[in-house]
Amino acid sequence: MVVVSSARAEKNVRPAPRSASHVPDGWLKPGILIGALVPLVSLVARGVSGTLDANPIAQVENELGLAALVFLVACLACTPARRFWGWTWPVRIRRELGLLAFFYASLHMLTYVFADQLIDVGRITADVVERPFITIGFLAFVALLPLAFTSTRASIRRLGFHRWQRLHQLTYLAGVLAVIHFVWRVKIDVSQPITYAIVLLILLGARVVWWLTARQARSR
Amino acid sequence: MTTYNNFYEFGLDKSDPAENAHTLQPRPWTINVEGEVAQPRTIAIEDLLSWFPLEERVYRMRCVEAWSMVIPWLGFPLGDLIKRLEPTGDAQFVEFTTLMDPIQMPGERSPVLEWPYVEALRLDEAMHPLTLFAVGLYGKMLPNQNGAPLRLVVPWKYGFKGIKSIVNINFTRTQPKNTWAIAAPTEYGFYANVNPKVNHPRWSQATERRIGEFQRRDTLPFNGYADQVAYLYDGMDLRKNF
Repeated sequence: MVVVSSARAEKNVRPAPRSASHVPDGWLKPGILIGALVPLVSLVARGVSGTLDANPIAQVENELGLAALVFLVACLACTPARRFWGWTWPVRIRRELGLLAFFYASLHMLTYVFADQLIDVGRITADVVERPFITIGFLAFVALLPLAFTSTRASIRRLGFHRWQRLHQLTYLAGVLAVIHFVWRVKIDVSQPITYAIVLLILLGARVVWWLTARQARSR
Repeated sequence: MTTYNNFYEFGLDKSDPAENAHTLQPRPWTINVEGEVAQPRTIAIEDLLSWFPLEERVYRMRCVEAWSMVIPWLGFPLGDLIKRLEPTGDAQFVEFTTLMDPIQMPGERSPVLEWPYVEALRLDEAMHPLTLFAVGLYGKMLPNQNGAPLRLVVPWKYGFKGIKSIVNINFTRTQPKNTWAIAAPTEYGFYANVNPKVNHPRWSQATERRIGEFQRRDTLPFNGYADQVAYLYDGMDLRKNF
């Protein structure tokens, strides 16, 4: 966040006319929010009209989980978008995207606990302990918790930017766990989860490359 | 219920078969019989239908994905057909093969599984009076997406044993390899008997959700048909032979 604001500050020194392609800030966040609610509204609409498929709980679980993954990956694309193309607007919606990922992950989890397993604690515990794909999914959710709870500016101030940033690198772990959860969940055709895995690999790989080049530059 | 199918020959989503299976032409249809049998031959589906009176059987069906349904099938006991086909004394297994035709079954162009789909039973399982060759459900002929014109129904086994759109029956001496066991041998076996105590490596088989119900049900050994079929597996380690 600090990096973003400094980039903005530099821009403000030389106010250039905004290009036509620039997304106006005022619309950005509400626009993302409205778009982000489409998967949920669609599920509710199909639920109310009775047009979910014959196993609606599984369908709701799958679609909520996928939405969570999409926002998580989008979140991880913000920094690379700035470094590759110099776009700053994705970084300004990064927190929103992260919270949306957490929102859908929570709904995904709640559907599993309440609707799928009917709050049967013994069965849920057995699932989390014995079944790697559920263990991994559970860990991914746990990794998102501290991030959601420290998403405010006040938390950044309280923790200090560097500690806050270090903590929020848990997003990388959550992304990796979420993709593994998806791959292991699928019965045989892993083409969709593998697509997400490749995108994630590129986004995380870019960070590794920057980190290595930065280290090299320092040691020179 | 006829829109919630696993039939990868028509796509991987549950709704795909009902949308895509119109390309399947269940007539004319012949079934080839070969292997350890008195007289290898090809039978027209019409002849097959004329040999046996159709009966309705209401069976529980348990999918390996932990959902289940109750389905009124129309068909005849496979054992009646096998008796008529006269397998030789060397026949130990019966292998079934689905139609291989990527034009009628576009899913066969995608390499998710080895095509054509193959399933098999031990001969005594195939002869069991509960084992059904189905040609209809809900009082009608089979819709394409449910495996028209002829499919296997083995109610004490996971649904994937119920091979659809059968074109070939082969009596063998040795245990054939079935498609899902080839695709993921640690996850799917030859026997695939419904067993709440033997979990799929990735999910529990202890309970199931019957389609249309909210509460989960406990899964029963042999899908509730233990009294009728458990003797077939006396002395076998069902953890090993999953």
